[in-house]
Amino acid sequence: MTTQTLPSANTSWLKQLPVISHLRMSSGLQRGMLVAGLVLSVLFFLCALFAPLIAPFDFAQSSDASGDFPRQAAPDAKFIWGTTATGYDVFSRTLYGAQTAIWVIVAAVVMSLFVGVLLGLISGYLGGWFDRIMVVLADAIYAFPSLLLAIVMSIVISQGQSSLFGGIMAAAISITVVFIPQYFRVVRAEVMRLKAEPFVESAQVIGASPWRVMFTHLLRNSTRTLPLIFTLNATEALLTLAGLGFLGFGIEPTAASEWGYDLNRAMSDATSGIWWTGLFPGLAIVLTVMGLTLVGESMNDLNDPRLRRFSRKKAKRITQSTQRGATQ
Amino acid sequence: MKHSSTDTRHPNDAPEQVLRIEGLNIDFVTDAGAIPAVRGVDLEVKAGEILAIVGESGSGKSVTARTALGILAENGAAHGGVYLNGKNMLTLHGAQLREVRGRDVAMVFQEPSTALNPVFTVGWQIMEGIRTHSKISKKEAKARAIEAMRQVGIPHPEQRVNYYPHQFSGGQKQRVVIAAALALKPRLIVADEPTTALDVTVQAEILSLLRELRAELGTAIVIITHNMGVVADIADRVVVMNQGQIVEQAPALELFERPQQDYTKSLLAAVPHLGRESASASLSERPHTDASVLVEAKGLGVHFPGRLGSAGFTAVKDVDLKIHAGEVYGLVGESGSGKTTIGRSIAGLNRITSGSLKVLGYEMAAFKERSFKPLREQIGFVFQDPAASFNPHLTVGECVAEPLAVHRELNPAQTRAKVSELLEAVQLPAGFAQRYPHELSGGQRQRASLARALALDPKLLIADEPTSALDVSVQAKVLELFRELQTELGFAALFVSHDLAVVDQLATWVGVLYRGNLVEEGLGSKVLAKPQHTYTQRLIASLPVPDPREQAQRRALIEELNQG
Amino acid sequence: MTITSPPGQETSPIAAPKAKNQGGGFLRYLITRFLLIIPTVFILITVVFFLMRVTGDPITAAMGGRLTPDQLAARIHEAGYDRPILVQYFEYLGQVFTGNLGRTLSDNRAVTEVLSTYGAATLELAINSVIVALLVGIPLGLVAAKFRDRYPDAILRILAILGYATPVFFAGLILKLVFGVWLGWLPISGRADWQTELELTGLQSPSGIYWLDALRSGNMEAFWNVTEHALLPALALGLLTGGVFLRLVRTNAIGTLGREYVEAGRSRGVSEFRLTTKHAYRPALIPIITVMGLQIAMLLGGAVLTETTFEWSGLGFKLAEYLTARDFVAVQGIVVLLAIIVAVTNFIVDVLAALIDPRVRY
Repeated sequence: MTTQTLPSANTSWLKQLPVISHLRMSSGLQRGMLVAGLVLSVLFFLCALFAPLIAPFDFAQSSDASGDFPRQAAPDAKFIWGTTATGYDVFSRTLYGAQTAIWVIVAAVVMSLFVGVLLGLISGYLGGWFDRIMVVLADAIYAFPSLLLAIVMSIVISQGQSSLFGGIMAAAISITVVFIPQYFRVVRAEVMRLKAEPFVESAQVIGASPWRVMFTHLLRNSTRTLPLIFTLNATEALLTLAGLGFLGFGIEPTAASEWGYDLNRAMSDATSGIWWTGLFPGLAIVLTVMGLTLVGESMNDLNDPRLRRFSRKKAKRITQSTQRGATQ
Repeated sequence: MKHSSTDTRHPNDAPEQVLRIEGLNIDFVTDAGAIPAVRGVDLEVKAGEILAIVGESGSGKSVTARTALGILAENGAAHGGVYLNGKNMLTLHGAQLREVRGRDVAMVFQEPSTALNPVFTVGWQIMEGIRTHSKISKKEAKARAIEAMRQVGIPHPEQRVNYYPHQFSGGQKQRVVIAAALALKPRLIVADEPTTALDVTVQAEILSLLRELRAELGTAIVIITHNMGVVADIADRVVVMNQGQIVEQAPALELFERPQQDYTKSLLAAVPHLGRESASASLSERPHTDASVLVEAKGLGVHFPGRLGSAGFTAVKDVDLKIHAGEVYGLVGESGSGKTTIGRSIAGLNRITSGSLKVLGYEMAAFKERSFKPLREQIGFVFQDPAASFNPHLTVGECVAEPLAVHRELNPAQTRAKVSELLEAVQLPAGFAQRYPHELSGGQRQRASLARALALDPKLLIADEPTSALDVSVQAKVLELFRELQTELGFAALFVSHDLAVVDQLATWVGVLYRGNLVEEGLGSKVLAKPQHTYTQRLIASLPVPDPREQAQRRALIEELNQG
Repeated sequence: MTITSPPGQETSPIAAPKAKNQGGGFLRYLITRFLLIIPTVFILITVVFFLMRVTGDPITAAMGGRLTPDQLAARIHEAGYDRPILVQYFEYLGQVFTGNLGRTLSDNRAVTEVLSTYGAATLELAINSVIVALLVGIPLGLVAAKFRDRYPDAILRILAILGYATPVFFAGLILKLVFGVWLGWLPISGRADWQTELELTGLQSPSGIYWLDALRSGNMEAFWNVTEHALLPALALGLLTGGVFLRLVRTNAIGTLGREYVEAGRSRGVSEFRLTTKHAYRPALIPIITVMGLQIAMLLGGAVLTETTFEWSGLGFKLAEYLTARDFVAVQGIVVLLAIIVAVTNFIVDVLAALIDPRVRY
């Protein structure tokens, strides 16, 4: 017994957009998770967008008209989240950190998406020696600790030190290289599965060219799960960026604000009980990653009709009323 | 085996009644609200009786029968009464329900390979049910499991009790599932399409096993099926369901001979009956032999290599066949016989590994996509699963127009006109061109699939089990359409199917494949009437016909064949 | 286009008992799978070698600012970095093959010696964390799967996401603050007090895994001291990995809980607890183990960060030090070793998964 929920023709295109349509068909706990995720993600996005307007100071500002900022000062009225060992305002740096994060995420995910999907499509459909080499290469890279690979890449790209743009691109490219095998594997596996599907074979018996088969039939059907991978990889990009920053391979503190680097600086503060320098950038990472993950997971659940469940109790309750209605 | 004398029956219950269902309503709750699945079903099963519940997909037959075990999907809600030995299964919970399951009622599933857990031995799985219900030692449980396996006819049960499911063949796996159901000698077994996943020759064996078990143990059996032949073979009484309701309920003989309701009549009329309406009934010689030869295979062999050094699989061995222009060639065989592989080889979907195969004069042994491509417009292909053979992201019109897009240069208006013409030819409204494949029913999709295959007026059509995923009433209509179009357009066709009755209705010349070998070839009516090869004889004898009287005679014949 | 399996075919029926064949398939699998390690390791060594050399030689990277161009050139020539890259590559391959990974630039030690000195500490951390992760991930994952889409599941999923979302160094920072600084219950860095460390390294043929050495020496005080130090790092890394395991177990167990053989068990009267812990769990374990193998790579990445956070003197901690010193010979050596560890772990894990799956075994 299959019950498909299909978008009927008269609903507006707005309601069919991925996130909005998901929100409309969610309910109960799932809706709660999706809404929580969306709120956190939007908050992150707004912070990044309006950081210059909200932040009271610049991210690398350690003095103003009234003189140098105090160092490692506890939160007070002026520095609501306190200051760091170098006298930067933690609140401002945390806000600006969202900007850096979003640049890196977008650059990394977009680059790896393009390269990974294309390689996966071609490799999976055409097969042969190209496919075999790609698979061994992708598997080798995939099995390798991604943080180590990102470290190696950032050494290659920037020798570990960098400006704002250079730093962001270095981090993004390092992360891209790590992610390409993931997109490659997912798309290739999907293409391999679809290749044996009758609708692809029916195009082959018609005599459609490989390009036509790949781009009219396979591309859209094999990228079904990509929104999910997109959100999950966005979070991984952010975590990798933070990891790089923590090991000192991020962006110079004067070039941009980066949460992982700030946490690195905060480690020694923690030993002496100074909590505010680490807590806030750390929480920023956690909440952003949680937000994106919740959105991705909820969308994944909602995309699969088999995964959507109603409790027995609820089913009983709903049908009881229809039963009563029927007998009355 | 004697009837058990320690029955604990409810004193108020009629002694012979095992299951009584009263006023059963079932709904499934989805986003779209509650969807009714079963409405007002009343039925009863007496001890030792075989009741068949028949219906097409979505009729609610399986959902109804599963309530006898208190099994219902989590988004389902059932109201009414399902009394098993007097206890209402709909109100039992937890431990009470578990106590009944397996001991008083057991279940046999459709797909034996998914009903057995691949990581435990079959013995473990049979013993588990035994040990859940009675406190006996492992050793004793094992002895009982071996006994149950012996009872269902598995050779060497002492050793094979320790085997894993993948070490058995499909039919034997189903025997194991039945053994597990029988282990505690329940008074009722619910068998949900127990033979649908099996080949007809194996089906015949499983049906006769069920019949024997009923005779020996007096177990009542509720068998759910869509196959009227199976009903005619095994059922004492029949319940016909449609759209969640019971249409008709009658003893088997009466139902087949004097159906009361229109729905039952149309259902019975749609079932292909072996030997009736044969396409070659009036012929005495192979027709079209003077026409040109479109496909010619000589010593054709197809071998699939195994992975990483494991042994490969030879799907087709040394097959010779010819298809003439305008001829419908029927290829019959069970799963693994190589019938699909031959069809796919002709369409260039897999390579041949030995011998010669000439398609429209092109030697497939030296296949190159580039040089074969111009010939592709002369070959149409219809796939088995209509749901999977359309790209879900393209409209039906775009899918049907794809051959035109590849081989012809037409402007959009010409394409549209051609598509509506094609849809009309397969009796679909032209407006369907704008719809997406999932908005069509299975039968409509298969019509559209036919339209796509015929878009370029091919000389040769390959139809790979085109109707086996469809309900019988839909199948009858699609077959009728196929016949009309073939007469009108005169294309040659290779019709591949596991169903001999269907093949005989469409094809004049029939080939029988067995494990990759073409064991017999001839006019359809001749092959059916006087099969030469023992395999063909068994195949024909195993196919149940939708007529209880005739089927009873045929059964005697199978037993004779199996002994001989 | 290649078709690897015959379409529309059932798996070949095995009707007759086939005692002869048993075991042979597994041995073949074992050998082929083992041979697959070689290309993986080879590719990683090659990729890392060329990547590290694309931008220049290690000596310039390490001492670029501190030496005059002439001195630099002399050092480069001495080390052979001015030869053609392919010559260097094949020489390096030969060295790796014979177990020679070069000498570090910053403290002039053999890379292999660095690996053997600090490897045990990383192994200890990895073992501790995997134990924590398994204890947390498997039972809770099964609970979440069983109660899917209800409150226990929602709570566990959010906790698992929280685990995934928390960078290990942030978790470490919070743990240090709470248990070390504020409550003062546990030490916040190192693997043991210096007295204990001295005692344990002074043992005859120490394993380097401190709790093992402490147990062998019979010194319960030392054992307690070591455990105290190991607790926070193991929790930080283990809980995060446990979150990943939880999700993994949940997804796979949901898959197997929906299979017909579970329904078949239910129809025989088997309890829901047993259906979850036996019928659904065992088949789910096969993909779980395989993916857990891949998570070992993630765990090693996490170990680098954990060791830096807790000043746990293992390979990751040294790696961070060498990175700061821009000693890329040492970095390359450690990375290659970790690659080999990952490849071998994946091999072991695949064999374990195969052992559980009777379809491979027989």
